[in-house]
Amino acid sequence: MSIDLEQFHQVFFEESLENLDVVEQALVELDIDAPVDPEVINSIFRAAHSIKGGSGTFGFIEVTEFTHIMETLLDEVRDGDRALTKELVDALLKSCDCLRIWFDSLQAKQAVDIEISKPLVAIYQAMLNAGTAPQPETIDTHKVSPSVAVTPPEAILCTWLIEFSPQPNILLSGNEPLRLFRQLEQMGTLKSTATISAIPEFDLLTVDECYLSWQLELTSTHTKDDIAEVFEWVIDECQLTIIKKQKEENNSEHRENSNTAPATIEVVKKAAVADLADSKSTVVDETKSMPSAATTSATSSIRVGIDKVDNLINLVGELVITQSMLSELGSNFDMSKIDRLSNGLDQLLQNTKELQENVMRIRMLPISFAFNRFPRMIRDLSVKIGKKVDLKIYGENTELDKTVMEKIGDPLVHLVRNAIDHGIESVEDRKSAGKSEVGTITLDAYHRGGNIVIEITDDGKGIDAEVIAKKAVEKGVIADASGMTESQIYELIFEPGFSTAATVSDISGRGVGMDVVRRNIKALGGRIDIESEKGKGSVFRVHLPLTLAILDGQLIRVGKEVYIIPLITIVESLQIKPELVNSVSGNMTVYRLRDDNVPIIPIYREFGIKPDSTKLEDTLLVVVEGDGCKVGLLVDDLLAQQQVVIKSLETNYKRVDGVSGATILGDGSVAMILDVPGLIAMATRRLQVEDQSAA
Amino acid sequence: MTMNAQIDIETIEKIGEDHSSEKSNYLASGEQYLTFVLGRESYGINILSVKEISGWVDATVIPNSPDYVKGVVNLRGTIVPIIDLRICFKLGDPTYLPTTVVIILSGKTSTGDKIVGFVVDAVSDVIDVKDDDIRLAPAFDGTVPSDYIYGLVNANKNVVTVLDVSHLLSMND
Repeated sequence: MSIDLEQFHQVFFEESLENLDVVEQALVELDIDAPVDPEVINSIFRAAHSIKGGSGTFGFIEVTEFTHIMETLLDEVRDGDRALTKELVDALLKSCDCLRIWFDSLQAKQAVDIEISKPLVAIYQAMLNAGTAPQPETIDTHKVSPSVAVTPPEAILCTWLIEFSPQPNILLSGNEPLRLFRQLEQMGTLKSTATISAIPEFDLLTVDECYLSWQLELTSTHTKDDIAEVFEWVIDECQLTIIKKQKEENNSEHRENSNTAPATIEVVKKAAVADLADSKSTVVDETKSMPSAATTSATSSIRVGIDKVDNLINLVGELVITQSMLSELGSNFDMSKIDRLSNGLDQLLQNTKELQENVMRIRMLPISFAFNRFPRMIRDLSVKIGKKVDLKIYGENTELDKTVMEKIGDPLVHLVRNAIDHGIESVEDRKSAGKSEVGTITLDAYHRGGNIVIEITDDGKGIDAEVIAKKAVEKGVIADASGMTESQIYELIFEPGFSTAATVSDISGRGVGMDVVRRNIKALGGRIDIESEKGKGSVFRVHLPLTLAILDGQLIRVGKEVYIIPLITIVESLQIKPELVNSVSGNMTVYRLRDDNVPIIPIYREFGIKPDSTKLEDTLLVVVEGDGCKVGLLVDDLLAQQQVVIKSLETNYKRVDGVSGATILGDGSVAMILDVPGLIAMATRRLQVEDQSAA
Repeated sequence: MTMNAQIDIETIEKIGEDHSSEKSNYLASGEQYLTFVLGRESYGINILSVKEISGWVDATVIPNSPDYVKGVVNLRGTIVPIIDLRICFKLGDPTYLPTTVVIILSGKTSTGDKIVGFVVDAVSDVIDVKDDDIRLAPAFDGTVPSDYIYGLVNANKNVVTVLDVSHLLSMND
């Protein structure tokens, strides 16, 4: 029976990308000068090994081969045979990038670009050769780098002494030593010796316990890793030692007759075993078996804590109780029970609200998913531009909707890059300003009200309002900066085409970044504000809604139709005073709102519906802001404000201009949610068309 | 209807026979089709794609949509567009009476699974049709675009136009 392996590809990619994250984080955390923490190296090694194993299973040969080289080097580091140099860390980090690109292509079912890996492979090969060459081939060399056997052509025939003492219960877990030995036999010439000293008196023997231990001698071209792999499944239930036998003996003990394990038993005195164990040797201590790789899929599934699910079950239980109480009440209802009814309805309301909150919480992920990429980025950037930067992360457990998280990643990257490039001063500048030479960037996330706030703080030079104002006038972003408050001036850096960086670096300075940042954040229904003190540093605060599935809406009515305007876009609502309505620049109607003139967009005209009245004085004006400009929407009536659940129109229909989605109101009817920027674009297009037809 | 006159008696009898014999073993027979009335003509659609049949309710208008899109309704939490086939195919009078029926179809399209409701004058019957009995529609000038027609089938005295469900569902794309 053949199994379609392709169904597991997605899981493999997700797992591998996660493993790459693990590798990357661990590498960035590593301090090269300090003694290497074996646990960190182990975690890197395990992650690389998982990728290798998986790619081998699915036949991604390029990935397997590449990770194999990485693994070889890591193995040497783990065994203490190789120092973890900066070059190695850099190369490994680059390898992560390379593998990521490959996984992307593999996911898109494209061939991988082998060229990317070539320089890295060259670096690794150079390191491997440099590492093995100086090692003299003397008898004392017990530690032989496994790299010798990495590539088959270079493989050397050598003899491995394997000591295998399983725990008595090994047979219970379905592992048969004989099978392992058969597997070893296939790898080369195997000679086995069993120790029977542990066998108890005959009347104490049990059928399903194993009292034997073995010494095996394997002559093979395979590496220690390969041998250890045979024992992978039993590693928790045995003591395993794999030693390389000295070279000289290797050749002399080349025997033909190999014995398959317990078939013939040769009694060896325990002393001999002890001798073997005493000999200086590289011992593979793999008592820590690989933890099953964690799986959080980035695309199709999310991992939910069991406590959240339990909570939901509790709430549903309560809901069922409330329901049965209400239906009992309803079956023989009279007016005397009206109090109980209203109590029951209150309870229902409470239950529903809690249930809603808890269901929403399932979509929430800790923001560390977005923060995790920054240590690597800061490491790379600070090297590149020669500034010393320290990163502090707080509140990484703050939870955020998965969709919001995915969309906020890039804007955050921009903001952090900006903080390094523009915020933090160079080492000299910091010294002369009397600051510590290492700049600090702090990322913080916390909940406030119904929002999540992400703070990016730097202790750099702060934003100079005067410079910004001057620059803005120079670039023609504004005409005159006089009379502007500081915060208004700070806002200017989000204007398109604005950049204060003297030279365009590839980090920032093209003047597109901040513009995009603000647009993306606005698209998520959030906002960004700046606080800065000259010489002390700046704080960028991003406010985001907790979820995209629900929004606070203002219900409005035009004619017979009810629409919803997202509350966050509404500036104010007012009754139209006819004397403030002006017709300007050729039939464009604007409303004088204090100093501003806001164009009036009648919804009935854009949507082609019949309003109660087309007279301006009978209608209400809802001033909304979208894409940086304010417009007034003409509506017949303002109804309630409520939270609405966003439903897609596109699923069964298609995208509609001026409408971002639909929702279901309390009475079961459908109402459209207005897309304010879309409406503005529609109205602009209409004006242009009218202009053209007029001309 | 002139075409009815051309159906020979044998065919009708054959359909009748098939109908009765298939009742016992309908799984082995062809497909079942739901027939409905648009104006004065009979139309059919594969019954497996029919999600449900409901009465006409006022739909929420979609701004700037074609006239045959009556709007969207709430079908137990799903937003479903409603299309009036009478306007779309220029058949009969688009009146909305208590007996006006909406057939909700669901199925796969090139842009994913879709659910769309279609307004028809009335639902009439479920008929068993063998694949061989569906004939190509003659390419004369009807108001129904030929893309939407799967074929013609004779059922008793009527000729039923069998419609192509996947085309109906992707009408809005």
